[in-house]
Amino acid sequence: MAKHHPHPVVDLRTSPYIRRAPSVDQIMRNVVYALLPVCAFSVYLFGISALALMLVTTLSCLLSEQFFCWMAKKKSTLPDFSAVITGLLLALTLPPGFPLWMGAIAGIVGISLGKILFGGIGCNVFNPALVGRAFVQAAFPVAISTWTPTFAANRFSEFIPSTLALPFMTPAATAEWSKTVAIDGFTGATPLALMKFEGVMVRTSDLFFGTTAGSAGETSALLILLCGTYPVARNMMDWRLPASVILGTAICAEFFYLLDPASYPTPLFMILSGGLMLGAVFMASDMVASPVTPWGIVLYGLIIGLLTVLIRLFGGLTEGVMYAILFANAASPLLETFTQPKVFGGDK
Amino acid sequence: MPEATRSETPMNLEIFTAGLWRENPVFVMMLGLCPTLAVTNSVINSLAMGAASIFVLVCSNALVSALRHFIPRQIRITTYIIIIATFVTMVDYIIQSISLDLYNALGAFIQLIVVNCLILGRADAYAAKNPITRTVLSALGMGLGFTFALVCLGGVRELLGAGSLLGFQIFSSNYQPWVVMLLPPGGFIVLGCWLLLFNWLKQRKTSRLIAAEEAIDHSRQIETT
Repeated sequence: MAKHHPHPVVDLRTSPYIRRAPSVDQIMRNVVYALLPVCAFSVYLFGISALALMLVTTLSCLLSEQFFCWMAKKKSTLPDFSAVITGLLLALTLPPGFPLWMGAIAGIVGISLGKILFGGIGCNVFNPALVGRAFVQAAFPVAISTWTPTFAANRFSEFIPSTLALPFMTPAATAEWSKTVAIDGFTGATPLALMKFEGVMVRTSDLFFGTTAGSAGETSALLILLCGTYPVARNMMDWRLPASVILGTAICAEFFYLLDPASYPTPLFMILSGGLMLGAVFMASDMVASPVTPWGIVLYGLIIGLLTVLIRLFGGLTEGVMYAILFANAASPLLETFTQPKVFGGDK
Repeated sequence: MPEATRSETPMNLEIFTAGLWRENPVFVMMLGLCPTLAVTNSVINSLAMGAASIFVLVCSNALVSALRHFIPRQIRITTYIIIIATFVTMVDYIIQSISLDLYNALGAFIQLIVVNCLILGRADAYAAKNPITRTVLSALGMGLGFTFALVCLGGVRELLGAGSLLGFQIFSSNYQPWVVMLLPPGGFIVLGCWLLLFNWLKQRKTSRLIAAEEAIDHSRQIETT
């Protein structure tokens, strides 16, 4: 009869010594935690309209996910938090005054076309939030490029007029409203649009701290970087991915800047403006749609950076991060095939 | 021998209705997808394309069927293409003379009816093997089914993309059009949704049939025991 000793002298454990890998819902929950400060800052900048937009997109993502699970007679996949991330990310990439009904449609399309159609979580080829955004970009080009000023007066007590448009109805124009609430002169353009169409450069510090016009959650590069360190520190995101996106952007922007400094912006401006930071840290790193091989991740990031700069400088749109990431998502299976690491002891 | 009697039945409505629903060229056989996706951005375009296709389909299939004993097997495809191209040229000029706006809206897709899989496919698979009356009836059904599918797509795309149907404003003037629906991605998305609906209906029907057969088998087993 073996007798259990109350205080073992040597702490022996059997193998395996590696701890359990985090589960899907654990990772997703932690990404949501990392996103919360970005959301909070967005509400601080743009007021209750941004908050309402986040609630609506998240709710529409959750409801459509639940609906399709019910249709397919599957167990609900809501507890894994992936639909919450899709909803929050979607809201963060939309203009703060985006009509709520359009936000709901973006959520439904993102989940159904971007995720469920490919087989649900773990099978999506593209980042679902970006699929939803690409759809509304093509469907409602005016609404998605209508920007409103930060720190508007009464932003915590009244909605931006376009937010509360009736379903299927054209939202109210916000140009007049923006002029009355803005603290200083507001032109209704994002830093990228100012650069592209008027050749005006916004101060780098404004871009860094995020007090410029833009999508609800993309404005502050500093905050997004800080939030990104949390999943990286918990080993839930590969730091090489955002780093290589930024590197790709820097290389490509530097090339054009050296060619002609007068007409092309500095690499720092390219990195800090628009949705690049949000895209690099939270969008491109979608665990399903990005490659897993070490070199695949680097190539994937470089492609995103390169394409972003090319679309921004030579495309018809002012912002190119979304299409760059979607394109790289499509290329990621190919990148994985090309960059398979050599198996130790395998064929030479 | 139920199968033999069915195939020997010379004429029935089944030949006509097959193309409308059970063997719908777009929703079931996935033929002629190029015009389906390209010109269905409004109901009127869909109708015009459908009418042109019906004309070409019926006339060319009738001629192929009438000449089926004289066409050498080795050069049959070439012969079919020449016959089809004749009627397409006619349609091309007819539409041009009726409405130049419509002609410009449909663009190259009228000429492209020549290479429509549906028309060539029906000529080779049906008209070359069947007498002329059956062929005409079947082609008419197929053509109407094709038009039905085009109008299904065109209706949704025009309604969402412009808020109108056949050019009449349906929603209030404040309606926000979904620009994407008039663009090519809209065609793919709407076609996908319709295919989803039709497959779902078909699946439900077969699962019900299977359930009914199982119930009959079960009752027989009870009777025998």
